[in-house]
Amino acid sequence: MAHASPYTAMDFYDVDALLTEEDRIVRDTVRSFVDAEILPDIRRHFRDGTFPLDLIPRFGEMGLLGSQLEGYGCAGMSYTAYGVICREMERGDSGARSFCSVQSSLVMYPIHRYGSEEQKRKWLPEMAAGRKIGCFGLTEPDFGSNPGGMATTAKTVKGGFVLNGNKYWITNASIADLSLVWARLDGGTIRGFLVEKGTKGCTPEEIRGKYSLRASDTSGIVLEDCFVPSDAILPEGVGLKAPLSCLDSARYGIAWGAVGAAQACFDEALRYAKTRIQFDRPIASFQLVQNKFAEMLTWITSAQLQAWRLGRLWDEGTHEPAHTSLAKRHNVEMALKVGRTCRDILGASGITEEYAALRHVLNLESVITYEGTHDIHGLILGERITGIPAFKG
Amino acid sequence: MKIAVCIKRVPDTTAKVRIAADGKTVDPAGVEWVIGPYEEIALEAALKLKEAGKAEKVTVLCLGPKEATKELRTALAMGADDAVLLVDGGGERDAAAVAGALAAEAKGLGADLLLFGWKAIDTDQASVPHLAAAILERPCVSFVTKLEAGDGRLLCHREVEGGTEALEVPLPCVLTAQKGLAEPRYASLKGIMAAKKKPLVEKPAPAAAAAVRTERLSLPPERPPGRILGQGVDAVPELVRLLRDEAKLL
Repeated sequence: MAHASPYTAMDFYDVDALLTEEDRIVRDTVRSFVDAEILPDIRRHFRDGTFPLDLIPRFGEMGLLGSQLEGYGCAGMSYTAYGVICREMERGDSGARSFCSVQSSLVMYPIHRYGSEEQKRKWLPEMAAGRKIGCFGLTEPDFGSNPGGMATTAKTVKGGFVLNGNKYWITNASIADLSLVWARLDGGTIRGFLVEKGTKGCTPEEIRGKYSLRASDTSGIVLEDCFVPSDAILPEGVGLKAPLSCLDSARYGIAWGAVGAAQACFDEALRYAKTRIQFDRPIASFQLVQNKFAEMLTWITSAQLQAWRLGRLWDEGTHEPAHTSLAKRHNVEMALKVGRTCRDILGASGITEEYAALRHVLNLESVITYEGTHDIHGLILGERITGIPAFKG
Repeated sequence: MKIAVCIKRVPDTTAKVRIAADGKTVDPAGVEWVIGPYEEIALEAALKLKEAGKAEKVTVLCLGPKEATKELRTALAMGADDAVLLVDGGGERDAAAVAGALAAEAKGLGADLLLFGWKAIDTDQASVPHLAAAILERPCVSFVTKLEAGDGRLLCHREVEGGTEALEVPLPCVLTAQKGLAEPRYASLKGIMAAKKKPLVEKPAPAAAAAVRTERLSLPPERPPGRILGQGVDAVPELVRLLRDEAKLL
């Protein structure tokens, strides 16, 4: 579909030629959707700190939610296609991509992989259609990079479990119909529990005053003697590796998404530099500016290739978590560097909402922190390289 | 009713077009290709007729390079039932030759309604649909902005200066779509998956022929730089004069 904005994705090595025809159709359709449905209103949402809720059923209609899963109303596409979706969504805004990441990778994926048949039938088709929204409660106020230390508990009682604790930095928690809460069961292993909206003792609390991801809901969840029935537990997910596998899938999407944010900034800054006249010449004609573009072109191309290759590893099923860590870590840092450089090229205009670069930069400050911080991914790679874990006692 | 929608693969509306070394064609390097926006509207109108139970089948038809399978798959993903690609073997082909190839194929498909976009946005010729109608000896309505299907007939609206014209046309016929006829849908991911299983036939297009030949393509002249007429109120009379006499805006 011809798209409405003048956006041109920088693809210097024609990396998209490595995509299948199907994946390129996915790219075109999501790109047009972002142009027509997300970008026209994103500044207002970012300013007001609201998520474009009306778009959620549209995401569902398009098949963007849980696209990488088979059956239960999901599109059953490749991981590469899922990556392309994330890239194009984040070209619009990291908040929109975050929504899809959480719904697809952090809630639908674990239900699909670790849930009972009843749980899958109940939740997946509704979530794929965008009629139900999910959130993922792992992080706590005192346990971020170290989720295994979590203080939230689940206690077996007659007919179910009682949950107690606090979750924090939870995307979508205030708008969610279903919270997947991870808690330590009876002092033993970590397990996942499906807590429906309105369950007594489960209260979301929106985190206000964010400079980042403003067009996205970020909340805490307070669990106070919250009773859930025995069929609320995810039967197949046992131990910390279950939530970590979800994060792996979400990080994969981020590695692609960051490329979209960088491409958006690059395109905007290039357009600006060619038309902004200083000293009687477009600033694009100055060597210092050209060098900035040369650097950014190199960074983006490198990140594109990492995302594409990682996609192949996922589709072949030969990936390991450290592969995803490398691309998530590299590509988000790359996008931040590109965003800041573009903001600089935009001069004073770059600090206004007229331009997208600073919005992307502010968003990426979250993206470089969540789903494993930049440093934690460095340590995952360090352990993979040396065989010595640096972050365990 | 069987519908055939003819689509053209055109450079994306935002593509920066360069002229190839031969001076007569568009350099394909770095160009993203899409279904022409008016053809997309025509396709949407056809899909709406099918969804309303007024048509049993929608076939998309394209004369283009082998790579145009992407645009046909996109049309299948949007909801068309099957697709035919007449693979262009190269050589210059004028509008009459394109119309001849498409008309013959549409006739072979048994299409009652042949839908086009009113013009292809790359060449801007807007002549293929009318030539096809003449070849098929079928009535033709162009710039359709509203379409209703009756019994063996179609009611078409078209915009005319200051109003709307309502026309009735019997089937089989040829229509061209104008903006406003329909709002093209997005290809959903499920549609994209389903499209993989839908029939897409590729066959060689008839040999190219051209009575009308392209002499050369040239880009529009560069815009002259802006002029500074002066500053403050002193510059206003000259500005007004230029807006009136030169730009003819006043």
